[in-house]
Amino acid sequence: MLEIRDLNAWYGDSHVLHGINMTIPEGRVVSLLGRNGAGKTTTMRALMGLIERTAGEIGWRDRNLLRLRPDQIARLGIALCPEERGIFPSLTVTENLLLPPVIAAGGISLAQIYALFPNLHARGGSRGTQLSGGEQQMLAIARILRTGARVLLLDEPTEGLAPVIVQQIGRTIAEIKARGFTVVLVEQNAHFVQGLADIHYLIENGSIVDRLDTAEFAAKIDRIDRFLAV
Amino acid sequence: MSFGIVTDLILGQMVLGLVNGVFYAILSLGLAIIFGLLGVINFAHGVFFMLGAFLAYMLGATLGIGYWGALLIAPLLVGLLGILVEFALVRFLYRIEHLYGLLLTLGLALAIEGLIRVVFGQQGLPYSIPPSLRGAINLGFMTLPLYRAWVVVGGILVCLATWLLIERTPLGAKLRAATDNPRLTQAFGINVPLMRTITYAGGVALAALGGVMAAPMMTVDPAMGTNIVIIVFAVVVIGGMGSILGSIVTGLGLGLLEGLAKATVPAASSTVIFVAMVAILILRPRGLFGKMT
Repeated sequence: MLEIRDLNAWYGDSHVLHGINMTIPEGRVVSLLGRNGAGKTTTMRALMGLIERTAGEIGWRDRNLLRLRPDQIARLGIALCPEERGIFPSLTVTENLLLPPVIAAGGISLAQIYALFPNLHARGGSRGTQLSGGEQQMLAIARILRTGARVLLLDEPTEGLAPVIVQQIGRTIAEIKARGFTVVLVEQNAHFVQGLADIHYLIENGSIVDRLDTAEFAAKIDRIDRFLAV
Repeated sequence: MSFGIVTDLILGQMVLGLVNGVFYAILSLGLAIIFGLLGVINFAHGVFFMLGAFLAYMLGATLGIGYWGALLIAPLLVGLLGILVEFALVRFLYRIEHLYGLLLTLGLALAIEGLIRVVFGQQGLPYSIPPSLRGAINLGFMTLPLYRAWVVVGGILVCLATWLLIERTPLGAKLRAATDNPRLTQAFGINVPLMRTITYAGGVALAALGGVMAAPMMTVDPAMGTNIVIIVFAVVVIGGMGSILGSIVTGLGLGLLEGLAKATVPAASSTVIFVAMVAILILRPRGLFGKMT
């Protein structure tokens, strides 16, 4: 279980997270929904050790992640698919895919990844940034599947992508979930996470304002849509 | 003078220029790799070159280790020193302005050079060409000392091997990723601080390797690094900071240009590189191979 307790974060002097509390059970998909600037990405980056100034606690296997370097957190089995996708322009598609070291058994094999995303195989020798937006997103997800990390942080994986690609990413997340991975899914699209996530958190101005299970979420989805659209 | 003699003269000077170009390439390559990942312009690069030559001399004078042994051991020792320097000093520069990197590495260069001057004196030390590389080969248009031929071939092989290591191996991919985006690379479980240490050590070891190769051809004296590194910085400005292949091509190319100047306008040979630098700065400020930043 990944337990975020009273997480505060700052960019310079600006206080952006104000005491986030979230519980992410192992093997579940948890969504974090909010508008632009609500603190979703900051929460993800804090989980990965990428925010300089933080307070509170992120408990994972008896460790407080806030005290560890990003590479140490990665080696505890947590992996990030960042919002801007983070494809390295100086690396080929294959090099991007193989960059994160395998940290434990239990990852998805390269053959399985190529079966899920055939384009990554076909375009292996191209520079990573020569791929289309959708292919880059596939690459960013595929890259963290093979490392054996069991907790995947997906930051707005559908942002700016065509509906057919969004559907493919939805199927991929369902597949990941079926394989028992733990997923934290940051989104602005309530309909995308419905049916995928088991627990939903709503974030606003750096604070969690609501926590809903699937039934509550389904009942309130129109209101949540409006909350995200404002 | 007949046409043939003129061509021979030009070709001959260009081959000799290529010998210098190999040193420019090896040194600017190390500078480029270090700058790419660490964001530090290593003004101490020249003293590591000089240390390579002095270590070759010392290994021979005290332990009787010859040229080929020195070619291996001196870069290793300088690499170890590089690890120490990065860990104790350079790593504090990453979060602050580039200017401090200049101050620190330049200060370090002056300190090491001064220390060598105190111990070995001002005068140059002799270092002889290994027996296996004495003699000359006839290229038709000139007679080239065998040692210089070896420097060209060996030096270009070293540059190519470094380029292959960076562009075609998993370790090189990590280095390139960390150069593109160090925070994200670290978030994938790669120990970027350790990679910086290794990169600095590797870059200065490369400079030391150049120093050993230079020892039998140049005078081994405390200022030899400073003298060459001034030209190398011009090479880096022309080639564009941070490009691996760019530093190799520019280093070799400017050696050739210098040789051409020596054969045609000898008076201009010592300034031609700086004239080229000014022209490039006006026409293409990011350098021939530099990326837009």
